[in-house]
Order: sequence, then structure tokens, then C-alpha cells
Amino acid sequence: MSLLEVKDLQVSVDEREILHGLSLTVNLGEIHAIMGPNGSGKSTLSHVIAGKPGYEVTGGEILFKGEDLLEMSPDERAVKGVFLAFQYPVEIPGVTTINFLRTALNAQRKARGESEFLVPDFLKKMRSVASSLNIPMDMLKRGVNVGFSGGEKKRNEILQMALFEPSLCILDEMDSGLDIDALRVAADGVNALRSPDRAMVVITHYQRLLNYIVPDVVHVMSKGRVVKSGGKELALELEASGYAQFEDAA
Amino acid sequence: MAAVQETVDRVRRIDVDQYRYGFETLIESDKAPKGLSEDTVRFISAKKNEPAWMLEWRLEAYRRWLTMTEPKWARVNYPKIDYQDLYYYAAPKAKKTVSSLDEIDPEILKTYEKLGIPLREVEVLEGVVRPEGEEGSGQRKIAVDAVFDSVSVATTFQKELKKAGVIFMPISEAIREHPELVKKYLGSVVPTSDNYFATLNSAVFSDGSFVYVPPGVRCPMELSTYFRINERNTGQFERTLIIADKGAYVSYLEGCTAPQRDENQLHAAVVELVTLDDAEIKYSTVQNWYPGNSEGVGGIYNFVTKRGDCRGNNSKISWTQVETGSAITWKYPSCILRGDNSRGEFYSVAISNGHQQVDSGTKMIHLGKNTTSRIISKGIAAGVSQNTYRGLVTAHRKATGARNFTACDSLLIGDKCGAHTVPYVEAKNSSALFEHEATTSKISEDVLFYCVQRGLTQEEAVGLVVNGFVKDVLQQLPMEFAVEAQKLISISLEGSVG
Ligand SMILES: Nc1ncnc2c1ncn2[C@@H]1O[C@H](COP(=O)(O)OP(=O)(O)O)[C@@H](O)[C@H]1O
Ligand SMILES: [Mg+2]
Repeated sequence: MSLLEVKDLQVSVDEREILHGLSLTVNLGEIHAIMGPNGSGKSTLSHVIAGKPGYEVTGGEILFKGEDLLEMSPDERAVKGVFLAFQYPVEIPGVTTINFLRTALNAQRKARGESEFLVPDFLKKMRSVASSLNIPMDMLKRGVNVGFSGGEKKRNEILQMALFEPSLCILDEMDSGLDIDALRVAADGVNALRSPDRAMVVITHYQRLLNYIVPDVVHVMSKGRVVKSGGKELALELEASGYAQFEDAA
Repeated sequence: MAAVQETVDRVRRIDVDQYRYGFETLIESDKAPKGLSEDTVRFISAKKNEPAWMLEWRLEAYRRWLTMTEPKWARVNYPKIDYQDLYYYAAPKAKKTVSSLDEIDPEILKTYEKLGIPLREVEVLEGVVRPEGEEGSGQRKIAVDAVFDSVSVATTFQKELKKAGVIFMPISEAIREHPELVKKYLGSVVPTSDNYFATLNSAVFSDGSFVYVPPGVRCPMELSTYFRINERNTGQFERTLIIADKGAYVSYLEGCTAPQRDENQLHAAVVELVTLDDAEIKYSTVQNWYPGNSEGVGGIYNFVTKRGDCRGNNSKISWTQVETGSAITWKYPSCILRGDNSRGEFYSVAISNGHQQVDSGTKMIHLGKNTTSRIISKGIAAGVSQNTYRGLVTAHRKATGARNFTACDSLLIGDKCGAHTVPYVEAKNSSALFEHEATTSKISEDVLFYCVQRGLTQEEAVGLVVNGFVKDVLQQLPMEFAVEAQKLISISLEGSVG
């Protein structure tokens, strides 16, 4: 059984169709890259998988571990192991990152019928994950993403990924706004989470990121469809020839 | 819009009907005849064995009240109150005087236990989890005065306070035992003629707390009063008077709940605070009177006059309030900054949901030199509620060097509610420096989605975001109250009964 099966997905926003029958199958242990020009529908796909309100699914289905994902509320999806690292993580003033992480982790554990982490155990776990990502404690005492640099925001997303241990990680434009050093730290964090019990979908506009996070499968998206799939060499091909060749195919 | 709409719908469905404190206690009570007349005033005064001067004081207020009309300037709407259709005094039928908790009706004790109020003289506040995952919390004692309908039923830790020289007792006792202090200070901050509801209170107040902290004494524990309205059709008119003599310090907490009833109940309290030179009073309120049901039926009318007088130089009064309950709130805890270098503070969280109407704020009256004040107000409106901040900051001609900073933030949940900010500023001398900031924002759908993507339910997400919004104010509360207030805020907005 595949971890994620997207079958002939059609999605509209405000009566306008954005995804026109998109299919994608991801198995445990795999890393998939989704590449495509701006506006091709990459973020829309990630939002629909995570359950963001405002999108209307007009056709097709999404199965996650064999279950109908579209029937679940967004928090249920998170509890079941769907994690979305946002392209633009939001700020939550007045809520410290530590408090946020603990509240979210315990909410997930409680929903799964697992015991909640007590403060000392949680702090221990968080400290070890944070130090592996070069995240200083004083950053965690600040409001969630408040005053964080672009790199800090992305590292905070990866920190959460490491803490929550989801089985499907979708990373939307993780490389946007990062310089090469920040990108390397973030990519190392992601690579450390590669596991046979987990799959990742890495969304990116540029091939650059895929030098650091090497995918098993590359999909090219254009105008709301997957127009080509292949191995990691497809990314290099795109780098050389650009997206233009696919615009017509779509 | 969808997520917000969903939240709004859920809040509308479950919120206010699940008021957690809405139970009723079945006890016999002793009531004054219905209605208000000179006889009612005499009845109350006689019940309390008051000296003649006190009765005179009340009667004068009553006669004054007859000449007054109800204020209309607040942004609240309610049907005309029939003052002759209320009971002005209700007391649990007591076994004469109460000298220990064992003599209190066990039903009343049970009520307070249900409310989570530590009437037993035990250090019950162990194991409180600090928010934010910080470690370590010491045990602390809180002395409690519990007021049930019109009378005070228990005051704890009396002996220990006495040792420190602190007087903490029901005001009805203080009138008999410390008449010189009561005569000197009662009505000295809120005169009997002050306003319609304060004047009514002066005529018929039945109980409340009295605190006197002598010169140089730092009160050894938090003092606390819990108010509970139980009886039907009964107004509650409590009167609180707190005096911090020179160099004294006291922190005082007030909590309120009421049963769930279809009819509206009137609560018209008066609180007076006095600080002499170098003294400080910190007054915190967590108000959770019954707000009415989801159709707007029932609930408490909370028409309260709270005022502090920084009478001495270098004195300080700080009000912190978390207002989640009541059908209507009409409340402006204020500071008169009379002494030079005195300081007034007002920290407020006012939440309105369902059909609640809140009109609340503060007044900072700068009279002395180099007086400073700070106002931090957080209004949260959900449902079809209306939430108004009304503030007044003035500097007298002689108040040179007066400083005020005001920040008013409003958060809207849904699009059927309203938030309004009405700040008045008046500087009669050119050296006064007043700053005002105000923001109004809607709870962001992207922020809510971020939280639910991390596994929080929609309600938990709203609670978290709101608690972040009010953090600056909650930090002003003593720790135990901050935890309670945080829970209360989540409950009043989410309906997830804890
Ligand atoms: N909430 C929305 N409302 C209207 N149009 C939208 C919305 N979200 C996305 N779109 C449109 O859908 C298309 C795909 O957008 P998006 O998924 O963000 O693409 P990508 O992430 O690949 O850049 C674009 O044409 C965009 O304008
Ligand atoms: Mg995008």
C-alpha cells in the first residue's frame, strides 16, 4: 500500500479550476520533488493535502495510508502524520515557541491516545533536537516566528518536523529566501529525517535545493497537472532547458 | 473565510450555554421584602446591627438616589430595570454567628468547593503548572473572604493576618469594630452622590470586604474575595474598602460567579482604594458572572464603580481585570493621582461573546506633579457581541510633568461583532505628555490554519492565539490567577468545557 495516493484531483478556488486532474503516488521511504513554474499549482496541492479551508475539491480523491484524507479535518490529518512545512510560516505574537511546540506535540499525542509529555521530558527532547539544528534556546523563548529571520523561520519548521515525527513531510519552497549557508543547515536537518518509515514531498522552483536533498523521483508540474515524471536527472535536464518546453505539453 | 466562519459557528453553538458555574445551591435564605424604600434600607442596617451614623449615611444616599436618573451614555442596551421588583437583601439562614468553617452550612462550603475556592485553611495551591513550561512554583497562601448573596460567610487566615496587624474582615464587621477607620475612608473616594449605581449601592450595600494595612507593613499573603450570587431576583451590592497606610503594600484578588438563570440579575458594587505616602495596592479581578444563554436571555448586569485614590506621594495603584462574564458590563476602574509622583496602572482583558455587551475602560486623573499612568487594554469580541473601550486621561493645571501611555488593542472573531475605542484626553498644562496607540485586527485564518496543521483543534487554536494576544495583561496577575484566567478565556471563547 502506498503512503499517499492522489488520484485525478480536481480543485477549484472561487469557481476557477486550478488543479485539472492531478495524480501522484508516494511510497514510504521515498523522496519526491515537485518542480514547476510559479502559478503551476504546487502550493495549492500542498494546501489541499493538508486540508486548508477555501479550496473546493470537485473531483478525484486522496488516500493516506489507505484512508480517505479528504474526509478528515486538518488537525486529524496532522495527528495521522501529515506535516506541511509552510512557504511563509506565520507569526503568533505572545505565544512562545516552546509553549507552542509543547501544546501542539501534546495535542497530537493526546489525540492518538498516547501519554502527554511532562515539562522536563519535553524540554529534554526539545533541547536535543534544537541543538542538532543550531537553534539557540533564546530563539525558542520568543513568540512563534516573531522577529525570526527567513532562515530561522525555516529551521523552526524543520524543528517541528523533527519533534512531531510525521510520516509524510511536505516542504513548500523551503529554499525561498535562504542564502546558501542557511540552505545547507536546513537541508542537513531534512536529510537527518530521511527514514524508511517516512516519505517527503519537496516542492521547489529551483533545481539548487535538490543538490542538497537528493530526490528519488522528480515530477514536473505545469498549469495544474503533472506533465512529466522521472529520476533525479530530470531536475538537471530542467535546469539546462527551462520550463518552457512543458508549457505546451500542459 | 471558511475556517473563521467555522469557528464562529462553533462558538455560537456551544459557548455560553455551557457556563460552568451555572449550578444553584439549595439553601434556605432570609430575605428582605421585595422592593426598595426607606424601610428596606432600615431593614438591611438593622440586620447588620449597624450604629446610627451608618443608617443615616445610607438614608442620605437613598434620598439622593431618588433624585437621580440612570446613566445612558454607555454603548449598552437593556430593558428598563424595575427597581421595585428586586430583593435587596438575601442571606443564607445562618446559625447565628460563624466562628469557624465547621459552622457554615455544608451546602455553601460545597458550592465554594465546586468553584475551586480554598475556604479550608490549607495550602491548596500545590502543583500549579507554570505556563510556558517554566519550572518551579512555591506554595503560597491566600486568605479568602467569601460573599454569598448579601453576606460574608467566611474569612480565612484571620489570625495570621492579625499578627501582621492587617485587618481583613467583612465590611459589616468593620463598621462595628473599626468605626473610626470606616468613617474616615468610606465614601471618601466614591462619594455617595457619585453616580446612579454607586448611590444605590451606598444605600443598600449588604456586605463586602474591608482591608486595612498599617504603616510599613507588607501584607504577608494575597487577600481574596469570592462573590457568588445565588438567590433569584436578588441584586448584589457589595462594598469593598481597602486602605494601604504609609509604606504599606497589599495585593488583592476578586473573583465572581453566579448561577445560570433566565432573568437578569443586577450587580452594582463599589470598590474604594486608598494609598497613603509610598503605599501600593494591586487589585486583580477575574469576573465570570453568568453571561446569559446563546439567545441573550438572562445574565448579570454588572454596573460597578471602582476607584482608587493615590492620596499620598509616591503611592501606586494598579488595576488588573479579566472580564469574561456578565450580560452587560459597565465598569471603569480608575485612579486619582493626587500625590506627587504617584502612579496608576490599568491592565484589562475584556471578552465578549454571544449577546454580551461590554463597555469598560478606565480614568486616570492626574492631579499631582510628575504623576504617571499606564493603560493596556485588550478587547476580544466574538459572536454578535459589542465591546467598547472607554477611557479618560486628564491632567490638571498643576499636574506638571504628567505622563500617560495608553495601548488599546481589539481582536475580532467573526464579522457580526463590534469593537469600539472611545478615548478622551484632556491636558490642562503644556508639560503633560500623553501617548495613545490603538489597533483592531481580525483573528487571522492563516494563523489558525498553521495551528491546526500542527494538530491543535480549531478551538484550541483560537484559545492559543487569544492567550497570546492577552499575554501582557495576564502577566500582571498573580500566578494562580493567571492560570485560571487563561483557562477561563479559552472556555469563554471555545466552549470546550474543561
Ligand atoms: N486562494 C486563492 N484564490 C485565488 N486564486 C488562487 C488562490 N490560491 C492560488 N490561486 C491561483 O492558483 C494558481 C496556482 O497557485 P499556486 O498553487 O500558489 O502555485 P505555485 O505554488 O505553483 O506557485 C495561481 O494562478 C494562483 O493565482
Ligand atoms: Mg507556491
